[in-house]
Amino acid sequence: MKIVVCIKQVPDTSEVRINPETNTLIRDGVPSIINPYDLHAIEAAVRIKEEGSANVTVLTMGPPQAEDALREAVSMGADEAVLLTDRAFAGSDTWATAYTLAKAAETIGFDLIICGKQAIDGDTAQVGPEMAEFLNIPHVAYVKNIEKINGGSLIVHRLMGEGHDVVEASLPALLTVVREINEPRLPSLKGKMRAKKVEIKKLSGDDINADGSLLGLNGSPTQVKNIFAPEVKKDRKMLEGSPDEQIESLLSELKTLKCI
Amino acid sequence: MDYFLTEDQQMIKELAAQIADEKVVPVRAELDEKEEFPWEIMKVLAQSDMFGLFIPEEYGGLGAGALELAIAVEELSRACVGVSTTYAANALGTYPLLLFGSDEQKNKYLPDIASGSRLVAFGLTEANAGSDAAGIQTTATLDGDEWVLNGTKQWITNGGEAEIYTIIAMTDKSKGARGASAFVVEKGTPGFSFGKKEKKMGIRASITSELVFEDCRIPKDNIIGKKGMGFIVAMKTLDHSRTGVGAQGVGVAQGALDEAIKFARERVQFGKPIISIQAVQHMLADMATEVEAARSLVYSVARYVDSGAKDISKVSAMAKLYATDVGMKVTTDAVQVMGGSGYMREYPVEKMMRDAKILQIYEGTNQIQRNVIGQALIKEAASKK
Ligand SMILES: Cc1cc2nc3c(=O)[nH]c(=O)nc-3n(C[C@H](O)[C@H](O)[C@H](O)COP(=O)(O)OP(=O)(O)OC[C@H]3O[C@@H](n4cnc5c(N)ncnc54)[C@H](O)[C@@H]3O)c2cc1C
Repeated sequence: MKIVVCIKQVPDTSEVRINPETNTLIRDGVPSIINPYDLHAIEAAVRIKEEGSANVTVLTMGPPQAEDALREAVSMGADEAVLLTDRAFAGSDTWATAYTLAKAAETIGFDLIICGKQAIDGDTAQVGPEMAEFLNIPHVAYVKNIEKINGGSLIVHRLMGEGHDVVEASLPALLTVVREINEPRLPSLKGKMRAKKVEIKKLSGDDINADGSLLGLNGSPTQVKNIFAPEVKKDRKMLEGSPDEQIESLLSELKTLKCI
Repeated sequence: MDYFLTEDQQMIKELAAQIADEKVVPVRAELDEKEEFPWEIMKVLAQSDMFGLFIPEEYGGLGAGALELAIAVEELSRACVGVSTTYAANALGTYPLLLFGSDEQKNKYLPDIASGSRLVAFGLTEANAGSDAAGIQTTATLDGDEWVLNGTKQWITNGGEAEIYTIIAMTDKSKGARGASAFVVEKGTPGFSFGKKEKKMGIRASITSELVFEDCRIPKDNIIGKKGMGFIVAMKTLDHSRTGVGAQGVGVAQGALDEAIKFARERVQFGKPIISIQAVQHMLADMATEVEAARSLVYSVARYVDSGAKDISKVSAMAKLYATDVGMKVTTDAVQVMGGSGYMREYPVEKMMRDAKILQIYEGTNQIQRNVIGQALIKEAASKK
């Protein structure tokens, strides 16, 4: 079984600040980490490998320093690492990113693709499902448990507001996983030693037979016009107590405000 | 300070520190309070290959040495000496096999020890034989193809949780110290059971138990080294493990120093943070200097051990003696710097102070270390004339 895990290197948002003038992230001096949800995706793949047999390839699109994220994934047990790097990829929105990753996954070959639910810097949760659409394969998002994989299909639990759905999907398929699925392991010493030496395979737009017009800024329908912080409204009041008490206070508030 | 660690040693330090900070610090107070054996952390250490650090590569380990082990033990001790004792006692129990085991014994046990799937314990001490190890009364008698063990070991770290036990027992009482031998005994062997589990002042996450042997039969080949070599096995084992106890002293002292500095910067009295008071600064300065001195000694001795040197008794005793005295002093001073807060369980330093005390006692009290050093000085002086 061949598993591709898509990961993203993100700034550690617990240490990130916002430039008040441009409203963009100040990335200088902020450590880069593997997107936390992607750690769960790596762990899920490595567990499948340990329980049966699988080859796990980690895939990322990013600048050369994203190699660090790939090496960390190898230190956790991934077998191979692929970096998608090309000037043509710059400025990709989720659509162009998903297209690029899908073409790369096709080039690498896979039975299963696992992504994190979303990236903590963009928070869109779009890339995984979009990739599946480009590849024309089934996907299940918000997976909190991989119950079993047999032959040509798998059964997973999808986290819902209350409880979960049990979903069966045919392979090849794509999953996006939530934190509840597992606790990611720390690297191992042997893994770290292997990670130091592992060859990072680099792929460009040409290597994955991508249509240039669908890459990067050109291929991105999303255009950022303006970034602003939502206004903080301070004149708010929380009504507390039992539902009856809350209704009472709501009515009296509305009366005071002369709304009713 | 730069300790001139190699890239691999630096990597070991970083991973051990990550385990300490992410997996040990958040649970240490609870483990202490509940006297709970840290299985979860042992699993993390196993998965991270930490148990294989000092085991040769041919048995599935990483083939590293005393310095690497000391670095890992130091980082874990910075977070919790209860956890690091559990981890270090595993190495203590393994040394007899590593240093004196037959090829069959090494093949049989070391791969499981390296992977962390089986934990080890070392059983020397008995009720009437502490510092005076030659006073042990547990016996092993050969009966056909089997040794029959009888007796009780006391205060054995990892007792009950470990799967593999290296045991020192008398095979010929008439020969005194030359009448002891070392054995490997597996948990589950009929006649081998566990007695009292001790309630302790500190290192409460580690387990300390009695081992009871009642006509416990083990195969003849379970003897480690030759008959009569038991005390040599025990002494060489302790020579190797004592650097690790020194590293525990360095680690717990560093942990306490870090907490004291953090607190002193935040605590305001007389209108300013107490760290700006010179009396407090001087205490911190002494503590920091002692930690550096202890670390330098432990690392130097570990490097000497790794050079393959044979005369390591004196220096490993020095590392254990000095660094654990520093551990006790610095943790006590950290409580002092933090005042009443330091005495409260809300802060980690009172536990560090309770934990540090054991380091001056086990694997030979610090008085016994001085005896070892003194004996070596006499021998060296005599050989010079
Ligand atoms: C928590 C814990 C874990 C332990 N784990 C293990 C283990 O895993 N395996 C194992 O085999 N043992 C273990 N031990 C035993 C430990 O090694 C002994 O406690 C230690 O060697 C001291 O022996 P003792 O306690 O009997 O003290 P004693 O020997 O009774 O000593 C009492 C006091 O007299 C002093 N003293 C005794 N003789 C001399 C001398 N000749 N010169 C100067 N001073 C002397 C000592 O320094 C000490 O201050 C453990 C003990 C504890 C408390």
